[in-house]
Amino acid sequence: MTSSALQKTADSLVERFGGAVDVSVSEIGELTAELNDANRLNEMATALRDDFGFEMLIDIAGVDYLGFGDVEWKTESATDSGFSRAVDKHKEPLADDSPRRFAVVYHLLSISHNRRIRLRVFCPDTALPMVATVTGIWPSANWFEREAFDLFGILFDGHPDLRRLLTDYGFIGHPFRKDFPLIGNVEVRYDPEKGRVVYEPVSIQPRTLVPRVIRHDNRYSGALNDRAPGSDDDA
Amino acid sequence: MTIDIQGHSTIARRGPTTMREIESYTMNFGPQHPAAHGVLRLVLELDGEVIYKADPHVGLLHRATEKLAESKPYNQSIGYMDRLDYVSMMCNEHAYVLAIEKLLGIVPPERAQFIRVMFDEVTRLLNHLMWLGAHGLDIGAMTMFLYCFREREDLMDCYEAVSGTRMHATYYRPGGVYRDLPLQMPKYQPSKWKNQKDVDKLNEQRQGSLLDFLWEFTEHFPDRVDEYETLLTDNRIWKQRTVNIGVVSPEEAMALGFTGPMLRGSGVEWDLRRKQPYEVYDQVDFEIPIGSNGDCYDRYLVRIEEMRQSNVIIRQCIHWLRDNPGPVMIDDYKIVPPTREDMKGDMESLIHHFKLNTEGYCVPAGEAYAAIEHPKGELGVYLVSDGANKPFRMKVRAPGFAHISAMDCMVRGHMLADVVAVIGTMDIVFGEIDR
Repeated sequence: MTSSALQKTADSLVERFGGAVDVSVSEIGELTAELNDANRLNEMATALRDDFGFEMLIDIAGVDYLGFGDVEWKTESATDSGFSRAVDKHKEPLADDSPRRFAVVYHLLSISHNRRIRLRVFCPDTALPMVATVTGIWPSANWFEREAFDLFGILFDGHPDLRRLLTDYGFIGHPFRKDFPLIGNVEVRYDPEKGRVVYEPVSIQPRTLVPRVIRHDNRYSGALNDRAPGSDDDA
Repeated sequence: MTIDIQGHSTIARRGPTTMREIESYTMNFGPQHPAAHGVLRLVLELDGEVIYKADPHVGLLHRATEKLAESKPYNQSIGYMDRLDYVSMMCNEHAYVLAIEKLLGIVPPERAQFIRVMFDEVTRLLNHLMWLGAHGLDIGAMTMFLYCFREREDLMDCYEAVSGTRMHATYYRPGGVYRDLPLQMPKYQPSKWKNQKDVDKLNEQRQGSLLDFLWEFTEHFPDRVDEYETLLTDNRIWKQRTVNIGVVSPEEAMALGFTGPMLRGSGVEWDLRRKQPYEVYDQVDFEIPIGSNGDCYDRYLVRIEEMRQSNVIIRQCIHWLRDNPGPVMIDDYKIVPPTREDMKGDMESLIHHFKLNTEGYCVPAGEAYAAIEHPKGELGVYLVSDGANKPFRMKVRAPGFAHISAMDCMVRGHMLADVVAVIGTMDIVFGEIDR
């Protein structure tokens, strides 16, 4: 998996799909293709399998980009109040309808060429996030898509059996969305009077134990030293 | 290659032509069933004793590890990784710390890399022994379980010697491993239950260092594997239960996302340790066993051979580690806390210690996917960072998840009793599937 071989794959992808795809090879040697037009997902996936040799779908990850780069504690300018003694009420980010909120990330592996690619596609409609299914191209996508549907509420158009997978029977909501509280919405206990398990609203309070901070330090000489959007010193 | 992902097979197509009182019925298997390897609920549609549809219901052990990791500094989630696949603890940690190291752009010292490789292989033995015992128990070989646990006990002692715990080690850290290998193996003490004579016998192997103890283990282990094989490999009952059960062709295996022994059992020579080497796997010699028929028996043979190969790798690592002392952590106080001794005497170290243990370290913005050859297949961790001290998104690619999703394809047309053999051959652990 030399970087020149990856660059070659990247170039032929751009040649094939032109402006519909942004391809980059990161400094740590990972090839990422971002598809700008979600309608062409099936065409691209088929091409990746048949013409580029990515015969295996390794993983599908849903990502919710809500609140990307937000911090709970300013690190470079003092605030009036500061942070209250390290334990504060945790606030979930408020949902919004920005078009680049939900993404589906496919990790593909080519056993014949021994290389990997990451394919990312954003759901065009945030209110009803939906992309086409790839179960017809890689059968292993079946459960991975069910998982992304369950946890993020991303719909996969054409999926043969889009049911919840990991959460409880009768669960409401999509727990891995950033506006879903970490403590959940309901708790269960055994009710001796009713003689069964009952669901109730959660009684615990959400808390932040360690505030989320973004620090820029030249000594963190990382491989990917991009500056995060929305951080303190962009202001 | 035809894989019916629709899962629609009709009774008319499969069912017998003779009249029956009950044509087909649905049966519930688990979630509390000794052969379900934890909490698997299988809804089986049967025609007589023949299965024509299997619908696994998973998630009964779902703990939202990925969501929890988003609310904690990076290092505080290492312990959660142990609890994913709770029979191969350090391998889970390995994928996670590799992903962090990729983003930070750091490489651990060579000694730490050898220690990691050695413990990855110890972990592979632990996992395969557990698998062999449980698989045997499921399909009628009771003795295997007792034999395998005898060897597991010694390996658990290695875990305990190096990390202080028998299972959930939290031993790998970004930048290396938590501490160097101990020079003394912990010894048993006489107690109400063990007298001096028993204790002396138990301590016989424990006079030297951890490496001496492990070396002694590797001396005997191939003979132990021979013992297992005399019990199973040519055993008539074992072969009846495994040969031609759950056959997967190489094309199907790839299409279904199989990795590890499940893929190699079908004859695809694919091992990340060799093909995409991480740490020092390119410096050790070992063979990659592959099967030819893709049935349960071949996968059994592949895993048995993998145990022998792991033994070979461990011995090479012990050789290297004996000859090459050195640091086991990178020397960077922005990521690794300073030693306790430094912290007590040096103001700068105290500040670093405080910062790292309250806030943690920030990881540069970006994304990384790190995969390792876990005993069960490819375990990958996909990290998305926005530059903060906590991951923005962490996704664990669990090998067992892809395997169990193929349950329907593998058991269709088999008998009910074969479901147990297929569950066993998949080496299912629900900690990683449900996450």
